[in-house]
Amino acid sequence: MRKCSISALDAVFAKIAESMTLYIPADDKNGAAYKKWESGMQLADTLNTVRSPKDFFFPQIENLMEFKTSGKTIEVIDTREAKEDFVVFGVRACDVKSFEVLDRVFLSEPVDSYYAERRAHGVIVSMACSRPAETCFCQTFGIDAAAPAGDISCWKDSENVYFEAQTEKGSALLNVIADLTEECGTEKVEEQQAKTREIMKKLPLADLTTEAFEGGDKTMEFFNIPEWKELSESCIGCGTCTFVCPTCQCYDIKDFNTGNGVVRFRCWDSCMYSDFTRMAHGNSRNSQVERFRQRFMHKLVYYPANNDGMFSCVGCGRCLSKCPISMNIVKVMKTIGGKK
Amino acid sequence: MQKITRKMLIDKAAELLQNGTVDRVLGWKNGEFVYDVTPALFTDAEALEKDFVYNDFCGANFSKYLIAETRKQGGKVLVFLKTCDTYSFNQLLTEHRFDREKVYAVGIPCEGMADIEKVKKAVDGIIAVDGKDDKIVVTSLYDGDVELDAQAVMAERCIVCKSKKHVAYDELMGEEGEVIESARFDEVEKLEKMTADERFAFWQNELSKCIRCNACRNVCPACTCEKCVFDNPDSGVENKAAADSFEEKMFHIIRAFHVAGRCTDCGECSRVCPQNIPLHLLNRKFIKDINSFYGDYQAGAEVGSRAPLVNYTTEDLEPGEAVEKGANN
Repeated sequence: MRKCSISALDAVFAKIAESMTLYIPADDKNGAAYKKWESGMQLADTLNTVRSPKDFFFPQIENLMEFKTSGKTIEVIDTREAKEDFVVFGVRACDVKSFEVLDRVFLSEPVDSYYAERRAHGVIVSMACSRPAETCFCQTFGIDAAAPAGDISCWKDSENVYFEAQTEKGSALLNVIADLTEECGTEKVEEQQAKTREIMKKLPLADLTTEAFEGGDKTMEFFNIPEWKELSESCIGCGTCTFVCPTCQCYDIKDFNTGNGVVRFRCWDSCMYSDFTRMAHGNSRNSQVERFRQRFMHKLVYYPANNDGMFSCVGCGRCLSKCPISMNIVKVMKTIGGKK
Repeated sequence: MQKITRKMLIDKAAELLQNGTVDRVLGWKNGEFVYDVTPALFTDAEALEKDFVYNDFCGANFSKYLIAETRKQGGKVLVFLKTCDTYSFNQLLTEHRFDREKVYAVGIPCEGMADIEKVKKAVDGIIAVDGKDDKIVVTSLYDGDVELDAQAVMAERCIVCKSKKHVAYDELMGEEGEVIESARFDEVEKLEKMTADERFAFWQNELSKCIRCNACRNVCPACTCEKCVFDNPDSGVENKAAADSFEEKMFHIIRAFHVAGRCTDCGECSRVCPQNIPLHLLNRKFIKDINSFYGDYQAGAEVGSRAPLVNYTTEDLEPGEAVEKGANN
């Protein structure tokens, strides 16, 4: 384990930024957001960013290819630009876990080369939590907020930032900042971890469990239960929960007519929207009850059924904070989880 | 902060259920924390007792829910309306968006709702919140009990509340208030005083944060199209995500134009925006301009009023004058 003083963090950022683009959570008057580091930019004090870091690998909108017509010929253009290595600093344990959820979707055959390329070039520097919010429930999904994964794991106390490389990529980055950090013991970090884990036990959602959704494919058990109607009653059908969610990964592919060709792009889509997965015959989910059910069944039932029991929620709490009418996965789990 | 208590509302709801005036109640349902209140239907006294809540976080405007509610079979639905909600209620009636006969509206006075974002900025790890007169006591996981000035954590729309008067109800609880002088156009004036470039930069910066979740549109009581053009793949302008910053502005500006003259300034758009974009300022600019061009007009103040933008009188100013006046404002 290595450390640097908090006052030296700026120099560490500057050193990293010499060779790679660096993104850090920076405070904005309306909440923290990942921003490209520039000299003088401070690491946010807030627990987490409003938008999740999934944007780095799965941006809200990206061009896939272009078609240009000229006479009777069509030219197909690969619009991808060569990617360079970049560093995302300060990713919380929940969000680091979300990359694993996304990987299983985008890196399974057929591999999504756009996503894969970004993943290959990204270095994740995580940051352990020490003041989790009341909306946090990462522990429900077996995530330890005090021991985040990533290429490098970091801890921050009132004096220092501690670094521990977890992968080869991480070791390489630690070498880059070796002159600005020094070898240190793990006592301080362990002390903080113990404290954080005690706090986690006291959180209001500490007893939330996934038990009801474990043990194989539970589709038929939950698909037709009457609770969906009541739970979805107040849903206004916006896409806030899906767009702030670090694991929601649905997208649409659209063509933009440029006049003499087409730009084919993809953009995030939301199962809450009326034209989501609209096909030739129309929409397969005509009511908000069905759309609402889809989102939670995907997180709690369909995804785990296809991914060795792994849930596609990481307990970051963003939807708990941001849903306009405060309906969310915790309320769903508590309401339907008690059922057999 | 609220003078009306949970108990008073539960008693009223139970009474109206009991005597058959209504067969269901649209109210606020308790959440996991004190502030994550969800609109919900209650059909019996037991459910009300168990889950009904009324506190400083019951900001959601129920008026729009009445469109779906009054399409259901069955009897009347009881809805509790704060003063600002009654303006949306009337505006929806003016636009024939729900069946008045199927609603029993109870007006409730409101002392202003808290903005949870402001509370969260002041206190970490919120376990409980208790209102005491003009103070709010927040119990924190980290800092014990923290006392906050209620005014300091009040929602912006409530600080500049335009009216304590209910413009629609079947029954009123508590005392009726008055339309009040409000400072709600101060922020608009600040924007007007900017140069065009500064103003452009302001909105560019704000709207660039938009994630196109459509929360502003979906919560808006003035946005009640059965199918929005932006959701309709056949409209030619369907737009799930903005391709560039121009498109982002287009969405919000078109929406502001669409609700101009119909927006009651309920402030729900800004309340729900996950990126905290001050969307209400776009709407307030329209309201301010309409007031100055055509004389004071408040959408929703009464049912059936002809809004200046959909009415013609010989007194109307010429378009050229409006442009000139707008430029000078």
